[in-house]
Amino acid sequence: MFKWKKLGRVFIPQEVKDRAWLKEFAQAPSVLIYDDFVRVYFSCRPAPDEAGQYVSYSAFVDLNRKNLFEIVNVSERPILELGELGTFDEFGIYPTSVIRNDGTVLAYYGGWTRCESTPYNVAIGAAISRDDGKTFERLGPGPILPIAVDEPMTISGPKIRRFNDQWYLWYVAGKKWAETGGRPESVFKIRMATSLDGMNWSRIGRDLIESKLEADECQASPDVFFHQDRYHMFFCYKYSLDFRNRERGYRIGYASSDDMLHWTRDDSQTDMDISEEGWDSEMVAYPHVFELDNQIYMLYLGNQVGKFGFGLAQLIDSKL
Amino acid sequence: MKWKKLGKIFDPTLYKLPNGCVEFAQAPQSLVFDDFVRIYFSTRQRDAKGKYLSHISFVDFDLEFQKVLRVSSTSVISLGKLGCYDEHGIFPLNVLRDGEKILGYIGGWNRRVSVSVDGAIGLALSTDEGESFTRTGDGPILAASVQEPFLIGDPFVAKFNDEYHMWYIHGLKWILGENNLSNERVYKIGHAKSADGFTWAKTGGRIIPDRLNDNECQALPTVINIANRYHMLFCYRQAFDFRTEKEGGYRIGYAYSDNLTDWTRNDQDCGIDVSESGWDSEMVCYPHMFHCDSRVYLLYNGNEFGRNGFGLALLEDD
Repeated sequence: MFKWKKLGRVFIPQEVKDRAWLKEFAQAPSVLIYDDFVRVYFSCRPAPDEAGQYVSYSAFVDLNRKNLFEIVNVSERPILELGELGTFDEFGIYPTSVIRNDGTVLAYYGGWTRCESTPYNVAIGAAISRDDGKTFERLGPGPILPIAVDEPMTISGPKIRRFNDQWYLWYVAGKKWAETGGRPESVFKIRMATSLDGMNWSRIGRDLIESKLEADECQASPDVFFHQDRYHMFFCYKYSLDFRNRERGYRIGYASSDDMLHWTRDDSQTDMDISEEGWDSEMVAYPHVFELDNQIYMLYLGNQVGKFGFGLAQLIDSKL
Repeated sequence: MKWKKLGKIFDPTLYKLPNGCVEFAQAPQSLVFDDFVRIYFSTRQRDAKGKYLSHISFVDFDLEFQKVLRVSSTSVISLGKLGCYDEHGIFPLNVLRDGEKILGYIGGWNRRVSVSVDGAIGLALSTDEGESFTRTGDGPILAASVQEPFLIGDPFVAKFNDEYHMWYIHGLKWILGENNLSNERVYKIGHAKSADGFTWAKTGGRIIPDRLNDNECQALPTVINIANRYHMLFCYRQAFDFRTEKEGGYRIGYAYSDNLTDWTRNDQDCGIDVSESGWDSEMVCYPHMFHCDSRVYLLYNGNEFGRNGFGLALLEDD
C-alpha cells in the first residue's frame, strides 16, 4: 500500500497580486526538476468575463529544491498565448504536462474551445520551449491529438511520459455528453496512445481503467510512474452528475500494471483522501507523482478542483 | 472539358422531404444503379432557434434523367449526437460503391461560439442499397491536425489503382469581416490516402494554387478519370462579398493530373460558367462528376448555393 503524508498547501494563486491573468485556480500541477529549484507548471484563470465564463492559461511557479514550500519565482507571463480565432485552444490551455527532450522542453496540453450546444470541446496540442521551459511556441495551429472515430469529444488531460525509448501519452477521452436539462456534463475515461517520436501518435483505442462508482464515472489525471519494477497510476475520479460537492466530487484512485496496456485498479492501495477540514476537505484531485532527491512526492488539488491552489504529500511507505 | 448544360433537374420545393425540410438541395452526390441513379443532397430544416440544420435526402432518376422516380421519405442518416462533430448538419454525404459495400463519407458540421462552425469528416455504411446509413462511430475519421486546425470538410472519395483517395477541404484562417460583425473563413483543398477507406493519412500541403488571391476559398473537389488522365473540378470564391455580389460568388475551377499528386490548375478548361440568365446566372458551385451509361455527367448547384435545387450537365467530346 502507498501511504502518503500530507505536507500542506504549497501554492495559493490568490496570493499572487500583480498578474491579471492569474487570479484564481492553480490546476493540474506538473513538475520539471532543475538543479536548484523545482518548476511546477499549472493552469490558472483571470477573473471571469461578464457572462461568468473563464479562460485558462498555463504558467509555472518555481520552488526551492531544498524546501518545496519556499516559492522562489512565479512566471511573469503565461507560457503560451491563447490560440487564434477559431482554433481548438482559443479559450483555454489546461491541463499542461511537460517533458525534457534533446535540450528542449515539450508541453502537451488540453486546448479549449466553446461550442453552442455544449459548454466546450477539448483537443490535445503540443508546444516546444527553447529557453529551458520559460516560454513555449506551438508546433502548429491545430491539435496533435484531435477527436477520432471512437473518441468523439473532450480529448484532454494529457500526461506525457517516456519509458524504454517509447513515448506514452495518457489522456482522457469523452464518451458522451450527459443531458441534464441544463448545462450538459461530459463523461470521460482514461485512454492511452504511444509514439516513436512524440509527434505522431497511435491510440490504443480502449478505456484503460474500469469504473467503480457508476458506468458514467468520470476519470482524469492519469499520472504514471515506474517504481519497484511496476508501473503505477494515480488518477482521480468522480460522479458524472451533481459532483460539485463533498459527496460526489473527485477522489484519488490507483491502478498498477506490468506492461502499461493492462491495468488493475485497486483504490484501497492508496490512503490519499479528503481531509476533515480545510482546503482539501471536499475533494482531492489531479495527482502528479514525482521523485526528488530519493523521496517520492505527490502534488494534488483540493476543493473546487484547485481554485485555491495545490498541495504536497510525501510517500512514507510503499510496501507492495 | 466541355459541358453541355441540361438544365435544373431537381427543385426541392416541389417535393415533400423528411425532417420538415422545405428548401435547398445542395452538394448533389451520385450513386449509380443498374436501372436508376440515386442522387443524395443536403437540404435544410430550421431548428427552434431559427438556425439551419442540414439533412441528407435523395432523389432517384431514370438513367436518362428525364423522370423523378422517387424521393426519400425517411431520414437517410440521422444527425450526430449532442456535442459530436456532425450534430448540426451533414454537407455533403459523399457516397462510394466499393464492391459489396456502400460507403458514405460525412461532411459533418457543428456550431461554435466565437466563429460560426467547425467541421470534420466521418464514415457511415449502408447495408440496404443506400436507403440508410449507419455511422462507424460517433467521431470523425478525418479531423483537424497540427497544420490543418479547423473546418475539415467536403469529402470526395474515389478508389484508383486499389488505393483510396480523399480530396477534402481544410480551414486556413478565420478573418474578421470589414464591419467587424462577422467572421469569414478561408479554406483550401487537401488530399489524403488510405488502404482501407477507414484509416487515412493526409498528404499535407497545398495541391491547388490560388487564382484570385491568398484568401481564395476552394470547395467541394470532385475527381474523375477519363482516358488515363485525372480531372478535378471544384468551386472557388472570394472570402468576402460572395453571397450577394455576383462577381464574388462561386465559380467552377479545374485542374488535371496524371499521377494524382501533382495538379495543374487551368480554369479556362473547366468548360462551364454562369448562364446569362436563369437559375445559375449568379453562381455555379458544388460540382460532382460521375460516369453513367458510358457518359460523363456533372451535377452542380446554381444561385443561392442551391436553395432552389441542382442541375445537370453532360460532358461532350472534344
